[in-house]
Amino acid sequence: MTTTPVRATSAAAEQDRSPRGRLFRSESATERWVSILSPIVLLVLWELAARLGWVDDRFFPPPSGIASTFWEMTLSGELVGHTLTSLQRVLLGFLLGGVPAILIGLAMGLYRPVRAAVEPLISATYPIPKSALVPLALLIFGLGEMSKIAIVAVGVFFPLAINTLAGVAGIDRIYHEVGKTYGATGMRKFTTIAFPGALPLILTGIQLGIGMGLVLIAIAEMIGARDGLGYLIWNSWQVFAVERMYVGLLVIGLLGIVLTAILREVERIVVPWRRQAR
Amino acid sequence: MTDRPTASLQEPPARHSTDPDPPVPPGRRTKIRFDAVRKEFTTRKGSVTAVDDVSLDIADGEFFMIVGPSGCGKTTLLRMIAGLEEPTGGRIDIAATSTDRPEMSMIFQGDSLFPWMTVWDNASYGLRMRNVPKTEIHDVVGHYLARTGLSRFADSYPHQLSGGMRQRVGIARAFANDPEVLLMDEPFSALDEQNKLLLQGELLRIWEETRKTVLFITHSVDEAVSLGDRVMVMTAHPGREKATLDVPFSRPRDMLALRTEPTYGELVFHIWGLLRDEVNQAQAEEMRR
Repeated sequence: MTTTPVRATSAAAEQDRSPRGRLFRSESATERWVSILSPIVLLVLWELAARLGWVDDRFFPPPSGIASTFWEMTLSGELVGHTLTSLQRVLLGFLLGGVPAILIGLAMGLYRPVRAAVEPLISATYPIPKSALVPLALLIFGLGEMSKIAIVAVGVFFPLAINTLAGVAGIDRIYHEVGKTYGATGMRKFTTIAFPGALPLILTGIQLGIGMGLVLIAIAEMIGARDGLGYLIWNSWQVFAVERMYVGLLVIGLLGIVLTAILREVERIVVPWRRQAR
Repeated sequence: MTDRPTASLQEPPARHSTDPDPPVPPGRRTKIRFDAVRKEFTTRKGSVTAVDDVSLDIADGEFFMIVGPSGCGKTTLLRMIAGLEEPTGGRIDIAATSTDRPEMSMIFQGDSLFPWMTVWDNASYGLRMRNVPKTEIHDVVGHYLARTGLSRFADSYPHQLSGGMRQRVGIARAFANDPEVLLMDEPFSALDEQNKLLLQGELLRIWEETRKTVLFITHSVDEAVSLGDRVMVMTAHPGREKATLDVPFSRPRDMLALRTEPTYGELVFHIWGLLRDEVNQAQAEEMRR
């Protein structure tokens, strides 16, 4: 009855040390050039196609036109205004949905009764498309800021709660036993074992939440707002200012890239013990 | 840990009448007492007795080894002292010397360091959980990291260390916690022969400083004879005490020189004889499953 679990080293860490990993890295120099060149080639093709009339430039205006609109809108301050408005809504939504999600996820992972009580509720509500809740949010909170923030919060809550639970549940039993034999009790179990142990998956949840948050803010602002990037895109369609619409799409895309890059950097600092496999 | 009162046990107790074992040496206090300890596990197929009627006294400052075939319940025995399992019957007492000293610290089998903590934070874990003052933690942990040769790696993470170094951190963590007794659950079983020999020697040197009571589980007869003051051989299915033998070597010991002594070979041979039946039985049992 020797039931002591033997811990397996994480697959990601193993892969990092393997010679195969190094081989990939030396090959990646050419790969990097290809991945830098391919979007440039695409943009050049698009520009040519629009100018030479291969595609309808009412739908696909040339990139140079989009760039100059982008520049004008930046100079006028209009673009910055929309971007900051959307960003603020996403971040407030993140706080409102993310903090409870992490706490509930941790509690579910550590205490079976909590999990038994909460998990069915989450499983039942998770499949509802969050975008379908926008009218409900408008009904409850009206056209003000809160409806947009709430819809982002709901969207962020699920991936974060589910990932936090998975993170805590995946912590090897031996760490709980070390905690117990070395006298970790109450809050200390959260702060020294459950939270740091679940942190890699919590960060994955945040990553998914960023994507979800941007999708939902775009939809929510299209329906019930007078500012923000979603409004910019929708309004540009209504007045047929296609170049402005593309600028809105571009900025939402850039926002996703920048937020993800910031998250990567945060990850590198707060999870130094787990080297990235990417 | 409700049913393990920490009252001081003064007298070496009367032995079981049928026990042929050498008792706790005269003049030494009992540190750990197992009294008719039993453990049953309930599984879907019914209940399995892992440990059956183990009564045992371990003296203060004794290095006590338990050796047995795998699956004989020796780890269960250790987990019961550690409070990770509750005995089904009987009781286990640890004599306490101070109220703010932890009852036990465990050195686990395999990787048990928190991957998210540095070597320093891992080694100081027990002290930090007990809210020991920072300056004291600094001195104590610094001392044991130096003793295990890990001072330079205080800020490293476990994944940056070799298996042997990780287990040294485990040793430092247990000793730094300054417990009443040290529990060791096959701590070197995952290491290669050279590393195992090195770490066994280091463990003995560090232990010589404090001579805390140690309960050490192993399946290696060599390890049991090299390290222990006494060796208990356990039977397989259910785990019972088969015999307990004195190891007559003086301390401090030279692990390698020990092996040239004729008594060493005799003892190893004798224990192997005791174990052979048990290992065969355990094997047969495994085949039947």
